[in-house]
This record gives sequence, structure tokens and C-alpha cells, in this order.
Amino acid sequence: MSKSEFIFGVTVMPRKEVLDTQGRAVEDTLRREGEHVVSCRVGRFVELKLVADSLTQATETAKKVSETLLANPLIETFDLRPMGDNRG
Amino acid sequence: MAKARVGVVRFPGTNCDRDVFEAVIATGAEAVWLWHADLFEAKSFSAVILPGGFSYGDYLRSGALAARAIAMRSVRDAAKSGVPILGICNGFQILCEAGLLPGALTKNRSLRFIDTWVGLRKAGGQTIFGEQIAVGTELHIPIAHADGRYVIDQTSLNRARDQDQIWLEYTGNPNGSIADIAGVTNETGNVAGLMPHPERAFHEWMGGIDGRKLLEIWN
Repeated sequence: MSKSEFIFGVTVMPRKEVLDTQGRAVEDTLRREGEHVVSCRVGRFVELKLVADSLTQATETAKKVSETLLANPLIETFDLRPMGDNRG
Repeated sequence: MAKARVGVVRFPGTNCDRDVFEAVIATGAEAVWLWHADLFEAKSFSAVILPGGFSYGDYLRSGALAARAIAMRSVRDAAKSGVPILGICNGFQILCEAGLLPGALTKNRSLRFIDTWVGLRKAGGQTIFGEQIAVGTELHIPIAHADGRYVIDQTSLNRARDQDQIWLEYTGNPNGSIADIAGVTNETGNVAGLMPHPERAFHEWMGGIDGRKLLEIWN
């Protein structure tokens, strides 16, 4: 089976119950500037390119690295989405 | 008796390594450099210390990348074999990211880097580091960190309390840490981590020697 490239976007966000200090700082700044911002949370976006036999296999790998390194499950959650023209 | 042999691990971006190395020698032990990209013989060490700094530039999360370094495989072996392991500041963050200690360290509540002397209270813990210090004793040791706010969920905190893993608490919480926690141990007590820098409170001329009490374990 030939291997293909797959691209994923991983959005990592601080858990709601964990104080998001960066989000709060940005929120405060926006409010000082007079913007009517209700809330702002700051996370991180990771673009991941993988080589795998199938989309299923690539997704599995992307999920594994997200759980074990890209996000720390104790303080963060992640959302994994295929990007571009992932060939399954 | 043979001299105690203490390993000091260096990662790219570690910057308190030399201070810790000198502190170890001042306790009368032999200090040995350990390199992040190399394995080491875990059982040949009396203790292993992960010093502070900014390993991998704190990329992703403080300690996250260093926790996956090759030398950490040996640190895990050492942890399993009961070798005393101490993580100081970034070393504490690395041990948490490696899952060898409970909880995680996040940005200070103030979002500021804080460099100051703090009051600590020994809360418990079965660690050999500062073993002779009575529970309830107050210590004064400096902190210097941006990511020192200890976070742990309630269930894990209860479990850590039940298992006597809460080692050090701040007397005046500087960073917003949950339950004023400044240092914890693992379940078996051989792995310990703290945000304050004991090597910076080692000689009178530094302003205090309380840190020395935590590091003088091998005499």
C-alpha cells in the first residue's frame, strides 16, 4: 500500500476550570481599548503533517501525539481536524 | 564509605546546572554531569537532580519537550528503582510533564515573572530531601519563575493528600498555586519537585541557608 501525506489542525485550549491567565490579560487589554468583549481565551494551533497508509491510521497517530505531547490532559483539551485535501 | 554520587541533568536551556553542581559538591558528594541526549546507569547514582532553567525555551509548555528527552528514560528507570530524584523549578515542571509527579505548572496568576524570597512550610512528604526537617517548619528560599502556578484537580489533590505527597506549601502564595502548593512528591516519596531554588539559599552570603537543609542528604 502506498503511503500518503495527511495534514491535521490541532487546536489546544486551556481547560475551562483552569484559570487562563493569557486569555484574561488579552481580555483586559481589549476592554481597556473600549471593545465590548465578553470573554477571551487563548490556546494554541498546531499544524501536523503525517505520512500514513490511510486517513484512519493518520488520525490515530495524530490523536496519540495530541494526547501525549501537544496537549497536557491535566490542564488542556484539544480538537483535531483534518485539513486540506487529505487523501484517505 | 564511598562518596555519594549525584547526577545533575543538563537539557538545552538548563541554566541553574552549575549552581546545583557546586551545591552538591559542597554537601560532600561527588557531582556528575548527565546529558539530555544520553542514557545513564540509573542504579549507579545515589540521587539525580534536574536543575532549573528554560529547557527548550519553554516551547509548547514548560518542561514538555525535555520530559521526552532520551535521558528521561534513565530518569524513569531511576524513579522505578527507588533512586531519589529532585526536580527544581524547570526540573519540577519536567517531572510533572513526564508524569513522574502529579499535577502541572501553569503561568503565574499575575502573568509576571517573579523573582523573590518566599516563605515555605514543610507540609509532609516521605522524601529524603530535607528528611530531618520537622513538618510545620518554615523555610526561606528564593523563587524565580513565570510558570509556577501549581494546578491539580480535586480528586488527584485528595489522593495526593491521603498519600502524604504534599511536601512544601507557600506561607504567602506568590503565584496562585492551588492549595498554596510549592512542592510535591510521588507516591513512593523518592521523586520530589519544588518551584523554589534550594541551591540559591545554600550559604549565609546568599541571604540564607534553608535550601542547604533540603540538599544535604548524602552525608
